[in-house]
Amino acid sequence: MAQTNEGQEQAVSRRKFLKNSGLVLGGLVVGGVAGSLLRTQAPPPPAAAPAPADFNQALMYFSPEQFRVVDAATERIFPEDENGPGARTLGAAYFIDHQLAGDWGFNARDYMQGPFYPGEATQGYQGRLRRREIFDIGIQEMNNYSTTKYGKRFYELEADQQDAVLKAFEADEVKLTTISASGFFKMLRASTMEGVYADPLYGGNKNMDGWRLKNYPGNQMAYTQVIEQDQFVKMEPKSLRDHQHG
Amino acid sequence: MPRRLPKVDVVIVGVGWGGGIIASELTKQGMTVVGLERGKERKTEDYFMVHDELRYALRYELMQDLSKETITFRSNTRIRALPMRSYGSFLLGTGLGGAGVHWNGQTFRFLPYDFEIRSKTIERYGEKKIPEGMTIQDWGITYDQLEPYYDRFEKLCGISGEENPLAGKRSSPYPTPPMKQTPAMKMFAEAAKKLKLHPYMMPSANLSQQYTNPDGVSRAACQYCGYCERFGCEYGAKADPVVTVIPVAKKTGKFEIRTHSHVRRILHTGNKATGVLYTDVTTGEEFEQPADIVVLTSYVFNNARLLLLSKLGRPYDPATGRGVIGKNYAYQVIRGGATGFFEDKEFNLYAGAGSLGMTLDDYNGDNFDHSDLKFLHGASISLSQTGQRPIANNPVPSGTPNWGKEYKAASLKYFNRALGVGAQGASMPFRHHFLDLDPTYRDVFGDPLMRITFDFEEQDRQLAAFTADKCGQILKEMGATHIDVRRELGPYDITPYQSTHNTGGVIMGASPDTSAVNNYLQMWDVENLFVVGASAFPHNSGYNPTDTVGALAYRAAEGIAKYAKGNGGLLV
Ligand SMILES: Cc1cc2nc3c(=O)[nH]c(=O)nc-3n(C[C@H](O)[C@H](O)[C@H](O)COP(=O)(O)OP(=O)(O)OC[C@H]3O[C@@H](n4cnc5c(N)ncnc54)[C@H](O)[C@@H]3O)c2cc1C
Ligand code: SF4
Repeated sequence: MAQTNEGQEQAVSRRKFLKNSGLVLGGLVVGGVAGSLLRTQAPPPPAAAPAPADFNQALMYFSPEQFRVVDAATERIFPEDENGPGARTLGAAYFIDHQLAGDWGFNARDYMQGPFYPGEATQGYQGRLRRREIFDIGIQEMNNYSTTKYGKRFYELEADQQDAVLKAFEADEVKLTTISASGFFKMLRASTMEGVYADPLYGGNKNMDGWRLKNYPGNQMAYTQVIEQDQFVKMEPKSLRDHQHG
Repeated sequence: MPRRLPKVDVVIVGVGWGGGIIASELTKQGMTVVGLERGKERKTEDYFMVHDELRYALRYELMQDLSKETITFRSNTRIRALPMRSYGSFLLGTGLGGAGVHWNGQTFRFLPYDFEIRSKTIERYGEKKIPEGMTIQDWGITYDQLEPYYDRFEKLCGISGEENPLAGKRSSPYPTPPMKQTPAMKMFAEAAKKLKLHPYMMPSANLSQQYTNPDGVSRAACQYCGYCERFGCEYGAKADPVVTVIPVAKKTGKFEIRTHSHVRRILHTGNKATGVLYTDVTTGEEFEQPADIVVLTSYVFNNARLLLLSKLGRPYDPATGRGVIGKNYAYQVIRGGATGFFEDKEFNLYAGAGSLGMTLDDYNGDNFDHSDLKFLHGASISLSQTGQRPIANNPVPSGTPNWGKEYKAASLKYFNRALGVGAQGASMPFRHHFLDLDPTYRDVFGDPLMRITFDFEEQDRQLAAFTADKCGQILKEMGATHIDVRRELGPYDITPYQSTHNTGGVIMGASPDTSAVNNYLQMWDVENLFVVGASAFPHNSGYNPTDTVGALAYRAAEGIAKYAKGNGGLLV
């Protein structure tokens, strides 16, 4: 039995909590529970207005053609069904686009110095290509393979044909020289799941509907009231935006 | 030419748990200490937006930037070591507080057996029980000798826990009562008791209640927020160096912390260290910091690496077994576990804390008879509820496809219906597992990276299969409707996360022939150089390491103070 805890979901508000908690060492504040963290005024209630345009849904990296391929692929990886929305509705392809535009796409925090040698699988990725380059090649190859096999681009195929293409990549049946087909598929799959479930601030998990699919409550301050409960406690999710502005 | 700075009593390389404890203990006694930390300053306000799985858990916000420095890895000396280009197997801390900021806080003591592992194994099973190439050795200290220091670290943190019936004796109870129990933990405990095992609440550095430690630092109770491991605690509830030892050291006025200060060499003349050479990474300027005593607290890899780069101590040679720096690198056997699926139960798994769990040690250390087993030591077995976050946790029963409609349905269904019982297996050292300098790959300064040569052995495979079965039995008793048991360990693979419990390389012991440091972590070959951390462990036990790291840091601080007051020389 699920139970909701709306209205009592926050046993301790952060504000109250920080005021009451004594992170103090002989009068010295430890860990800096700064006043800047504490909101002094509640924001005005939102006026009832038509839903504003989602300015986040515009491409930073992909071409529209690349986007169509990725969007279609994410939807096969995590399809819409009777449980609720799939990756497309949740904006996973926008998430991936935005990620490739930044540090992650450039492998900015990875060790990318040579020399480059092929290694054992247990030694991890050893290529010189960065994630955005791998996506460029992988997307192109998905269209090439689709065209050779079915005479259409990936996003024009029927769902079961798209699945067959993805499986061919996953199983390395597609032979590529520049990148590993299965390595690309793995990255596509993993980033799709990130796009479904990362905080909406990154462009996916639209309206937190990814979290709702599995009753994940997002960012809550405290679960002291829930932790011992025998019943499943279902609650309305909260995002980091709610946390900053709410 | 590097700019030479005024001399201080002690310079510390790296300010995590090890560095923080040494700094607070020595400054309280009036010594002047400079702490050099390559990363940035950290404070509790940094964590206002911390409940962000992508940024912290998957993009490694708080960890070392691998583009500047990483390690290289090979499974044996016949293949070429290659760099760990992105994170996987373990995560390296950086910045003030080090990995202590983003640990879970599971705070276990090692077993009395651990410290005398070689003698006790021979005593019970004979020397033949130790397989060819396994280089287990006694630690040069006993559990009873280390007990008072464990006690100090646990009081510093305020560890919440209850007596473990199968562990070494405690001089005092845990400073705070155990954490709250979740339904899943109760099920584990009941099942374990039915199987005649001895479950106990996991000792936790996430506080069960508000606590004031002996230094006068007060911290609030844990809120079970579910964003603990890989995250900083926005409440200051999780014991970490930034909210405990570092402010205590600073308050003395004797501790100067310099962040963004990357130490590259230990300077020395003859067999005495004279200070360190470091680069201010914000300006590129080089400095020489002279000191009477140098303390390395830069984690396992850089502790060993700085010694090798500075040509201090005798490098280990796996061909002859001689030399000590780099010897006995060990890790952990973490993959032998099981997952249970419960058709008709739903758990509040999004809630949790880093060290919320139930553990048993019936199959750990030498708590069970190994006569008919083909491995030594064992594992702690736990059910932990650390807060299940949605990207990384999508358990599905074996046989389910990895993506698509069926996968989606199963991953949604089981998100709150799957429980893991895991084993944290000990890792025995072998003659051919070691650390040395990589001949090819370099860090951003042009210095050679640390090279790891390591693989799982038959010992580890046997252990993993054994513990996986035990985990499966417990889940069965718990009433799981489907159980997946992971018996196959496979080769050591650097890509999946296992644990950041790397050990060895600068090991302690009773003799300079077989160890690098004595039981005060003082280097045998360089009496004013102390090397603190899990680098000192001659093997790794079936637990998380930090209680033992903390205890040894207190012991080392005592040794350093003694050394500074005395006339020099070795303390042992
Ligand atoms: C995700 C995670 C979870 C963990 N959970 C647990 C747990 O539940 N229980 C447990 O017991 N342990 C746990 N650990 C392990 C625990 O964090 C470590 O054992 C502990 O923090 C080690 O402390 P240390 O001071 O030895 O090293 P570190 O905390 O790594 O500190 C070393 C410091 O040295 C600095 N440094 C390194 N090289 C240089 C240099 N050349 N110059 C200047 N500074 C340098 C680093 O930046 C760093 O700040 C966990 C670790 C991780 C990553
Ligand atoms: S689980 Fe507890 S200790 Fe960990 S970060 Fe959350 S409040 Fe802090």
